[in-house]
Amino acid sequence: MGFLSLAGLELAELVAAVAGPDRGGIACFIGLVRDHHQGRRVRGIEYRAYEPMAESVCGAVVAEAEAKWPVRVGLRHRLGELVAGDAAVAVVTAGAHRDEAFAACRYVIEEVKRRVPIWKRERFDDGTEEWVDPTRLQPSGDLRLGGNGW
Amino acid sequence: MAALPHRHTYLPPMSAGSDRRVLTVRLFARYADLLGTDRLEIPAQGISTVRDLLSRIRSLPGGAAIAETALVAVNLTQARADSAVTPEDEVALLPPLAGG
Repeated sequence: MGFLSLAGLELAELVAAVAGPDRGGIACFIGLVRDHHQGRRVRGIEYRAYEPMAESVCGAVVAEAEAKWPVRVGLRHRLGELVAGDAAVAVVTAGAHRDEAFAACRYVIEEVKRRVPIWKRERFDDGTEEWVDPTRLQPSGDLRLGGNGW
Repeated sequence: MAALPHRHTYLPPMSAGSDRRVLTVRLFARYADLLGTDRLEIPAQGISTVRDLLSRIRSLPGGAAIAETALVAVNLTQARADSAVTPEDEVALLPPLAGG
């Protein structure tokens, strides 16, 4: 099964896939579609990917995490049209203890956001739409590094 | 052992002036909107690196808004500005990533 999915994310399925009698800790991160962005009301988000590369990079990130920590990793990212409140990404990590499960979970979600070629188009309540660009100026005035920083 | 065929059999024309091959570049998200297409076909002549390719794309109508340092993937891997590109490669121009 691939890492990208047009269908809804099934957390129980991901947990079952990584659980085992020798794994006493399971950590989970779920990223949801927020209903606001920079003061604007968001109705939904369309996710698109460069699919062959996204699958390949997701596989690399999972393999890295499983090499760095003694864990099993489950990862799914949705594509297509989502509405506010929908789960867009889920990471599940299972290890003998919580330390490696939490560390690997954090690593996977951060690397997915940094390296996987996925884009989102926000659909606002006022009918306008916009591609999200994390490298653009944020309201705080900080220039968020992204894109080329890896 | 059979003699290997002469290598020139498999090489494209050597002179840059006679290179009529085409680089196909996939575009995504905002970059596809800017260029009005999700697939560009660009004459390969004079393009040997990612830097050359980006410079050519930025000269196209709508291309000036693409960052000089935009991400380019060659064969599903992020490439550097000095990475080689050939018409045999799968090339994609990637806007700033925004997954998760």
